[in-house]
Amino acid sequence: MAVIRRRATALVGIAAASALVLSGCAASEEETSSAGGDSGSGSSEGLPAGCEAYEEYAGLSGTEVEIYTTIVSPEADLFNESFVEFEECTGIDIVWNGSQEFEAQLPVRVAGGTAPDLAVFPQPGLLNSMVQTGEMVPAPDKVESSVDENYTPDWKLYGTVDGEFYAAPLGANVKSFVWYSPKTFADNGWDIPTTWPELLELTETIATTSDVQPWCVGFGSGEATGWVGTDWMEDLMLRFQDGETYDAWVNHDIPFNDPAVAEVLAEAEKILKNPDYVGDVASIATTTFQDGGSGIVDGSCAMHRQASFIGGILAGDYGATIVTPEDTDVDGGITTFYFPGLSADNKPALGGGEFVGAFSDRPEVEAVQHYLTTAGWNNTKAALGTWFSPHLGLDTANVADPVNKVAVDILQNATLFRFDASDVMPAEVGAGSFWREMTAWVAEDKSNDAVLDAIEASWP
Amino acid sequence: MGRSGWEVIAPNLFIFVVGTLVFVGIIVLIFILAERTSVKTQEWLRYGVFLGPALLLLVIGLLYPAIRTLILSFMDKNSQNFIGLENYIWAFTTPEIQIVLRNTIIWVFAVPIVSTIIGLAIAYMTDRMRRAAVIKSLIFMPMAISFVGASIIWRFVYTFEPNENKPDIGLLSAVWKSFGATPPNWLLETPLNTFLLIAVMIWIQTGFAMVVLAAAMKNIPDEVVEAAMLDGASQWNRFLRVTVPMIRSSIVVVVTTILIATLKVFDIVRTMTGGNFQTSVIANEMYTQAFRQLNYGTGSALAIILFIAIIPIIWYNIRQLRLERTER
Amino acid sequence: MTATPEVKSTPKLGLSRGRRKVRDAFSSPVASAIAIVIAVVWTIPTFGLLVSSFRPQADINTTGWWTFFQDPNVTFENYYQVLFVGSTVTPPLSQYFFNSFAITIPAAIFPLTLATFAAYALAWFEFKGRDFIFFTIFALQVIPLQMALIPLLQLFARGLQIGDTTLIPDLGITGTYIPIWIAHTIFGLPLATFLLHNFLRQIPRELIEAARVDGAGWFMMFRRIVLPLSIPAIASFAIFQFLWVWNDLLVGLTFGGGEQSISPLTVRLAEMVGSRGGGWEVLTAGAFIAMIVPLLVFFFLQRYFVRGLLAGSVKG
Repeated sequence: MAVIRRRATALVGIAAASALVLSGCAASEEETSSAGGDSGSGSSEGLPAGCEAYEEYAGLSGTEVEIYTTIVSPEADLFNESFVEFEECTGIDIVWNGSQEFEAQLPVRVAGGTAPDLAVFPQPGLLNSMVQTGEMVPAPDKVESSVDENYTPDWKLYGTVDGEFYAAPLGANVKSFVWYSPKTFADNGWDIPTTWPELLELTETIATTSDVQPWCVGFGSGEATGWVGTDWMEDLMLRFQDGETYDAWVNHDIPFNDPAVAEVLAEAEKILKNPDYVGDVASIATTTFQDGGSGIVDGSCAMHRQASFIGGILAGDYGATIVTPEDTDVDGGITTFYFPGLSADNKPALGGGEFVGAFSDRPEVEAVQHYLTTAGWNNTKAALGTWFSPHLGLDTANVADPVNKVAVDILQNATLFRFDASDVMPAEVGAGSFWREMTAWVAEDKSNDAVLDAIEASWP
Repeated sequence: MGRSGWEVIAPNLFIFVVGTLVFVGIIVLIFILAERTSVKTQEWLRYGVFLGPALLLLVIGLLYPAIRTLILSFMDKNSQNFIGLENYIWAFTTPEIQIVLRNTIIWVFAVPIVSTIIGLAIAYMTDRMRRAAVIKSLIFMPMAISFVGASIIWRFVYTFEPNENKPDIGLLSAVWKSFGATPPNWLLETPLNTFLLIAVMIWIQTGFAMVVLAAAMKNIPDEVVEAAMLDGASQWNRFLRVTVPMIRSSIVVVVTTILIATLKVFDIVRTMTGGNFQTSVIANEMYTQAFRQLNYGTGSALAIILFIAIIPIIWYNIRQLRLERTER
Repeated sequence: MTATPEVKSTPKLGLSRGRRKVRDAFSSPVASAIAIVIAVVWTIPTFGLLVSSFRPQADINTTGWWTFFQDPNVTFENYYQVLFVGSTVTPPLSQYFFNSFAITIPAAIFPLTLATFAAYALAWFEFKGRDFIFFTIFALQVIPLQMALIPLLQLFARGLQIGDTTLIPDLGITGTYIPIWIAHTIFGLPLATFLLHNFLRQIPRELIEAARVDGAGWFMMFRRIVLPLSIPAIASFAIFQFLWVWNDLLVGLTFGGGEQSISPLTVRLAEMVGSRGGGWEVLTAGAFIAMIVPLLVFFFLQRYFVRGLLAGSVKG
């Protein structure tokens, strides 16, 4: 069909263009992406012409590496696009195997003796469990040194279990965002708040002076219902407490019902459990997180706290357009401001990311692991859109989406960066009681103390 | 990347065709050879051929896992240490799990009974009806839909819109409002929400009940029906006195099958409420424990509780079987 | 009573002229009306999905599907997405369709054959422990699938060893349809055996005994009496087994190992929702495309139901 061909051509065009951009701007890097073109015509010895950048992966032609992940299409298609040149040059076939059932299937596959070569872990908590099975292999030296060189120590730490480094970072996301419509704000003359008190003040102003609902919130996410609530908690935890307290909380060095945590939940309560601000509180639990954001697109509510990725969903499913804060005349245009801290210069950031760990130490697996930590690949992938990574060699010029650009900036310059706590806590809490209790907190109007006590009691 | 189209299909087609033919071929060959043996040889050969393969597969594929599950249910989270009955004590003393047990009991009673009654009614009403095929097909349709499909379908029914100024997406709320009433937040109201989820399972299983029972009714000889008619029995009496007793064994089969399916179902709860708002059932909790929290001990204990739950049903079926044998 | 000729006429219960007369006499308008109402109620939710599948994403998420009739806004985008998009990197949907057939057909034939065998043995062979075996099989139905995944995967990937003795070697079948077939066969066996046993034990005892008197062995008896009589029951169970396998995601996912070249349609559909759950609307179209085959199967095999699922029920 003509349409398909057009789409395919467009993708090739983007890939070629990005490759050109990269060879320009990443010239200082060792691995420079070469502009494709004659890479198909191979010579009989060594790598095909135009593949000089992949010299270090030579001699592995005809092998196959499986990457098992939660990332499915359409995002997966972009990953496959980004591997094309590597595959053509090295002859290593990267099989991207995405499944929404990853979390349940990976333990089954590992125990069943059919572990994948590489797994992309969305939570350090699961990585930890898999390391305990004894089936994982620590990251090879080459990968480790590449990570030392290209990522901040924090990011390396999330892929480290019991002092041994296993998994290199892949993609990242930043959660400390409030989404809003610049047009709605401009029409009503509201200003972007830069501190938490200002945010509360603005919320009150919106509630009393307009018929727009200040906040839209949705906790619903099928079996994972409640995670949006945990994100609120975590973001505020970083604002009201310092990094050490946050870490102590994550590692259970302080109890979950510690006064420091209670203080934070009480702050969250100011917004989330006030019907003047969020509408029917109980309905937060049944509103899906995708639907939750739709109110800022149609103008029925003013603000929505959610990670960077929600933009894609709102654009795809609810007809939103992602704009810059200056575009105040676009109907359905949405963008973000930074979820403010206690003061304007207190800028902590909450984020998340994925980590690539190996169940095999075959040379081609090592090659792929290493390739994924290179600036070349990270820039190629980012240029394909809707994605960024914590790689220090990532050039913001390659990040097309305006919100992701801001996110990369936050990631690289945050005064304090911490990983999503629920992803790091043990599964009983991080993927269990924390979600469940935050849901009960809104759905059943469970009291703050009861919520925190219940989570504390469930800590293994 | 890479291979596509014929290149992939060809070897797959080969395995598909050869695999099927080899299976059929072996069966045919066994029959050709076995029928040539003496009647005496067949006396023992019959066990090996007819019972052997099924038993072998079941022992490897289900009995062994069942025993393994039983053992794991006495072990801790990582299946390292023996901890006795602790997982079972957890299951029966944790308040949340008690709600789960209660919900499961409601499911187990409501789904088989309601599905079978509606299925039986439809089967009876369409038994002597022309163009019944259309009606039956419509009621059967949910059986053809995957759980993923079903969860989307019911999303369009149960979705609640908290903002009064926005139009409803959920059909139920819209119907409610058209009667002038204020709809509740359907999936949030306990215990209403459990019944709404049960409705989905009934919607799926009724087709099964109807198909099996309609087929059973077709086999009631016309003479029996005619005789009842000549006796002047009313429709209702004919149904209760003739139809139901004649197909009783089919009804038992249907109720049993649906009941077991109900005990095992977790997709509906999982996709619609995630087990929140006091709607979880054992199967869902088992899945959560074993495959989300990677606690094989508690997960296995819940699986064993499911297993124990069907013992009364087995007992009833044994009684039925014995009864029928003596009737012969 | 000689067995064979008589047997052939028995299952033809079809619609004799006399029966049609009875049928007409019984049709009651009230009953028909109730049946139609129930059928309509049963169909409304699915109908909503059908309508939604032709609506643009933004409409689906903001207004009820019934508003479509006041303001029809038709799009084929959802179907286009399901059928064609993603085909630059993933195999075309036709390949998943093929896989679904290649998985489902054997995965219906194998368990049905073995279950018919087992049901025959359990219904008609007199031996010690028969009831025990039957009810063990019955009870095994309730073993949650998930609990059997790990042991079976280990078997396929590593073979079976007890101590140092290798009972079953590593067969090297991982990555083909074979593990999926075997898994479906195992998981389908208990219910199939249970249902078919209930049918087979209702074959009139005289038929079996007469055949034995005539000197027929157990194998010939199966082929000449039991099998012809149970074709309707087997066919109707085949529909259910076909539906369950066709709609299965878990077994296909686990034993296919996510290998695209052997994955069924359901695996592809589950992927389409996107990593973050956005764009699940394409599933409205996807669910319908996946439904077509089961419905066709139902329509084609439906006549077997009319002929009688349980020629039994009526005692011989």
